[in-house]
Amino acid sequence: MTFFSILFARSEYATGNKLPEKAAFYKDLCLDQIIEAITARKPEYDLKSFFYQPLHDSETIRFRHEVMRDLTDADIRISISTFTDQMILVRRYLALITKLNFEYHKKGWFLEAAVVYCNAVLELSRNLNRNELQSRGLLEFRTYVTAYIQSQEFQSLREDAHQVKDGLQGVKYCVILQDGKFKVKKYEGEIEYSSEVEEILARFKQGTVKQYLTKLPERRGVNHIEEKILEFVARLFPELFDSLRQFCNRHESFVAQTLHKFDCEIQFYIAYLEFIADIKTKGLKFCYPQLSASSHEVYVRDSFDLALANRLLATPDAVVCNDFFLQGSERIIVVTGPNQGGKTTFARQFGQMHYLASLGYPVPGTVARLFLFDQILTHFERAEDIHNLRGKLQDDLLRIHEVLSSATANSILILNEIFASTTLKDAVVLSEEIMTRVMAQDSLCVWVTFIDELSCLSEKTVSMVSTVDPENQAERTFKIIRMPANGLAYALSLAEKHGLTYAQIRKRIPS
Amino acid sequence: MNVFLLSPDQDFDLTQKLPDNASILIQDLELDTLFESMAQGDRFLFDIAKPAVLFSLDSTDAISYRQEILKDCLKHPEVIRQIYHLPLQAIENKRRQWMGIFSHYPGAILRGSREMLQMFIGLLKELRIIADEHAEAFTSRGFIQFFAMIRRELDDDYFSVVQRLLKELQFQHGILLSAELGQGNEGCHTTLRKPNSPGGTWLTRVLTRKTPTYSFTLHPRDNAGARALSELRDRGLNSVADKVAQSADHIDNFFKTLRQELAFYLGCLNVHQELSQLQEPIAFPQPVTTRERLHSFAGLYDVTLALTLKQGVVGNNVNADNKNLILITGANQGGKTTFLRSIGLAQLMMQCGMFVAAESFSANLCRGLFTHFKREEDASMKSGKLDEELARMDTIVGELEPDTLVLFNESFAATNEREGSEIARQIVTALLEQRIKVFFVTHLYKFAGDYFAQKLDHSLFLRATRTASGERTYQLQIRAPLPTSYGLDLYHSVFDAGKPPSHP
Repeated sequence: MTFFSILFARSEYATGNKLPEKAAFYKDLCLDQIIEAITARKPEYDLKSFFYQPLHDSETIRFRHEVMRDLTDADIRISISTFTDQMILVRRYLALITKLNFEYHKKGWFLEAAVVYCNAVLELSRNLNRNELQSRGLLEFRTYVTAYIQSQEFQSLREDAHQVKDGLQGVKYCVILQDGKFKVKKYEGEIEYSSEVEEILARFKQGTVKQYLTKLPERRGVNHIEEKILEFVARLFPELFDSLRQFCNRHESFVAQTLHKFDCEIQFYIAYLEFIADIKTKGLKFCYPQLSASSHEVYVRDSFDLALANRLLATPDAVVCNDFFLQGSERIIVVTGPNQGGKTTFARQFGQMHYLASLGYPVPGTVARLFLFDQILTHFERAEDIHNLRGKLQDDLLRIHEVLSSATANSILILNEIFASTTLKDAVVLSEEIMTRVMAQDSLCVWVTFIDELSCLSEKTVSMVSTVDPENQAERTFKIIRMPANGLAYALSLAEKHGLTYAQIRKRIPS
Repeated sequence: MNVFLLSPDQDFDLTQKLPDNASILIQDLELDTLFESMAQGDRFLFDIAKPAVLFSLDSTDAISYRQEILKDCLKHPEVIRQIYHLPLQAIENKRRQWMGIFSHYPGAILRGSREMLQMFIGLLKELRIIADEHAEAFTSRGFIQFFAMIRRELDDDYFSVVQRLLKELQFQHGILLSAELGQGNEGCHTTLRKPNSPGGTWLTRVLTRKTPTYSFTLHPRDNAGARALSELRDRGLNSVADKVAQSADHIDNFFKTLRQELAFYLGCLNVHQELSQLQEPIAFPQPVTTRERLHSFAGLYDVTLALTLKQGVVGNNVNADNKNLILITGANQGGKTTFLRSIGLAQLMMQCGMFVAAESFSANLCRGLFTHFKREEDASMKSGKLDEELARMDTIVGELEPDTLVLFNESFAATNEREGSEIARQIVTALLEQRIKVFFVTHLYKFAGDYFAQKLDHSLFLRATRTASGERTYQLQIRAPLPTSYGLDLYHSVFDAGKPPSHP
């Protein structure tokens, strides 16, 4: 009856190094927003740390894909979420105890927690046995649960809890309230009063009116009057409260550690599945990527920037999908084209996909083959330095040096508009220098630039261009297409923004 | 207890949103003048007049239901004002005694609503007395039903049962609750109960009985305890407080509804009074169904013009039965707009159950009235004006259905005559084919002339005329459209003040 983890097949894989949360690429690629959006769905759990531990072995990634695929089965999902929802309740009830004073209130909530826990575990086991599980992770987990519910420990917990609860549930008593005093006695069949009142006044009824039922706060037995009443009730029914006391002594800490850990780890999958389910409502697709640590050939179809898609969820705006591929000796995608045309988004998307894949997640797109990287390195313009041009160039160069010196042939580089604030001539020369080094390194790279020349430096570079709609050039399509760089598109789209293209001028002047 | 004086089977809902085109109708038809006459300075009457006039009825029966009641009101105005005083008294009592159900605590809600109920019972007794005295004199279905309801529901026995209940609800001997152990042993299902006491007095017997009872008396300075106790009391009284407060609300609503519905008839009485001082005629119109095409009237005048000028105004006699297009052309300031407005006003007044401003009037009902009047204030922004006109037309078309009525006043004149005529032609042709009735005042001769040339059975051409001396009569006659209108006259009268207008 042992089970290690739903995130790692075996304990020796779980030792991978954690990246610092502050690593620049999280922000540059908007991964911080994605992580925030996913984890915010599960505030009850501390999930963030799982996100800073990218995997580098395809074995564990496959292990996670299996679990993920199982969880996309609605029945299996319900089995799990029914369980985890009830575990939230268990924790909430147990937390309540520390806030209460009176013994019988504390013990009452302890009993509630145990009842919910027992039902949750039994239901989980029942449901899992009905489910057609495929993943190694969940199959092993089911074996564990089956053994656990047959254990002596669990059996006695369950029987005791139900017995005590049934007894207490049957208690019915009366309170007589008068000025400054009250009395408690057993209930003796007195009839209900408010329906009699309603009947007499029924004649005045016409249409519907406001409800005057006050929403009285659910007080958790905190005041001494309620304590006193409960004390009197306990005196009216002494045997029932004796058995409650015995129950609490016998089952002090009843939650199994393995279930506790599973409850948290499984959220890593569920949170993402719930997150992408929302994204899919925009007609977007996700797929399980093929991953390779040896081949640099990558491709993706119908992919998109997940952070952007998440931001656009509440709007009617469509999210534009893009494809890319690198084959043979191609390593570097050089993206040029009009501003606001989706270039940065494309670069981010390339990095995001690889990172999400390294967590064992399905990625945006209909089909994907991705690279199992050792690290992602980014260089995005830092807006805050814009006034100090000389300092900025120096800063740029320092940062790019840092990036290049830690990069390997297995790294992914994302460079966005570096040298944008220096002179064109300098920018060209410097960029070509850097490009040569990147090519020598043999890293995968996406390079967003306004310098067309970079796109055809060698057989390692591929040119992709952000495009505009040929019919209406002011409308940017946000499509990034593999084609030769073409400075015209930018000039045209600017002219169009000002309504100065040939077609527009003809239309604007009445004939 | 239902009022049902505006409709045989439902209350008049003041809170519902006015029709989308309400503000346009108010502007184009000068409806505020009518509302002000109905209100005579009373803000409430004004607020009721608006929805009452703008929510048109579309069955002849619903209209005659109100017409009958209005005739009763015209016969017995003093009784109507006497009944109308009761809801006003309810409002005044609430205001003077700070009465209301404002609390968030059931105990206080119960106290407040019990007092309010007590006050209402007094007013309901007065209403019963009025019903006993005057019911026989009323002949409309609405009032017969209303008075019968009052006498049936509010009999003396019932008044005494309610009186006893109101006393019981003071809980002078304390309250009895039952409860069960819920989650965490906290009390739940708190329920107010009636003690098992055959004698009927609260809690006197139960306390002397020999059942095991534990009691606790609070220390006099135990404020937290007293608060907890009153919380528990509130929990017990919650449901009963809700019932009593709802009941008070029901009666409050009854009086509110009574006030609202009578307000409409008071408004009609007010207009009637003002028009009879001007010696202007009124007539109860004869509506026919929406499918028919009827529009014939004598002495139809613009009621808002009469009310504004405080004098009699010229009326028109037209028989437009079986017509669905009425094109009006002719002299500027010849009474075209006034005529168009009188058509719209009569339609609205007829369809809210009111009398109309005419010697006689008969027309088919319409499922909706729409106006498309030129907007003088936009004249400066020439380029955007046609756009603005078409945008308004777009909105109207979005709401049209068969058997609606559209009044156009110099529409689509913001462009040249050829384009304007073409736009108008296309729109009007489409409307007619969708069985929509159209009144169209226009200077677009090409548009009007083309229609005239077609000699369609269902179209009628009216023209503002003038006498041989060139004076306008403000009366319309059946005439073919003329290529020019008399704008030049107007020009001269404005620019060469004093000179008599030149004429052939």
